[in-house]
Amino acid sequence: MASASAKKIRPKYLTLPAILFEIRLPVPGWVSILHRISGALLFFPFTAWVLYLLDTSLRSEQGFQYVKTQYLDLPLVKLGLLLFIWAFCHHFCAGIRYLFLDLDKGIELRTARITSWLVIGASLALTALFGAKLW
Amino acid sequence: MVKRLVVGAHYGLRDWLAQRVTAAIMALYSVIVAVIVFQNSPLTYAVWKDLFAQGWMRVATLLFAASLAWHAWVGVRDILMDYVRPDGVRLTLQIFTLLLLAAYVGWAVQILWR
Repeated sequence: MASASAKKIRPKYLTLPAILFEIRLPVPGWVSILHRISGALLFFPFTAWVLYLLDTSLRSEQGFQYVKTQYLDLPLVKLGLLLFIWAFCHHFCAGIRYLFLDLDKGIELRTARITSWLVIGASLALTALFGAKLW
Repeated sequence: MVKRLVVGAHYGLRDWLAQRVTAAIMALYSVIVAVIVFQNSPLTYAVWKDLFAQGWMRVATLLFAASLAWHAWVGVRDILMDYVRPDGVRLTLQIFTLLLLAAYVGWAVQILWR
């Protein structure tokens, strides 16, 4: 039996324009979705990439020198490495925040917002630090 | 008081806990490796090779790889459950995820014990 309610057209909120322009996430929401995006990126392609770098650099002296002086000097590679460093640092910092949240530490709204900003700031600062070491 | 009948395989709690334990292992390893690399900066091939020639480092790195595989499996599975609705596509992607993670661990073993 087809009821009237089943045929009723329901509004669909999660459209791409809605995701991009309408939905406003609070700061902890940003930390959360960035944790997810950075995690997905670390799973693929970054783990494969790091394994490639480890493989090449440990294979021989030439491989190590190639990675260090040639490969990591390519602009696109440096950009990719910077993205990897950010993804790692953000996932790391946000992960530590979640471990504390699991222990019921910092769950008050004010504290949660402050720690969210701290995570975003710390991961960007660490990215800048490691990036500066890299260049 | 509501009496709930708890059913299921209870793998949710195990996965939740595993994800956190593996996260702690990887965090500790990352900090240790970062400190070693920074102390030996600029890094030379001899130092790099000797580091990964040591037994504890090989085992620790293997532990990291295993942790990553388990951690990422829980995480990627969560993402797929949230966003991929068609069962066939989701199952295919989950199988692909498992295969890729197994390949990562295999590759890591190959690099470490060459």
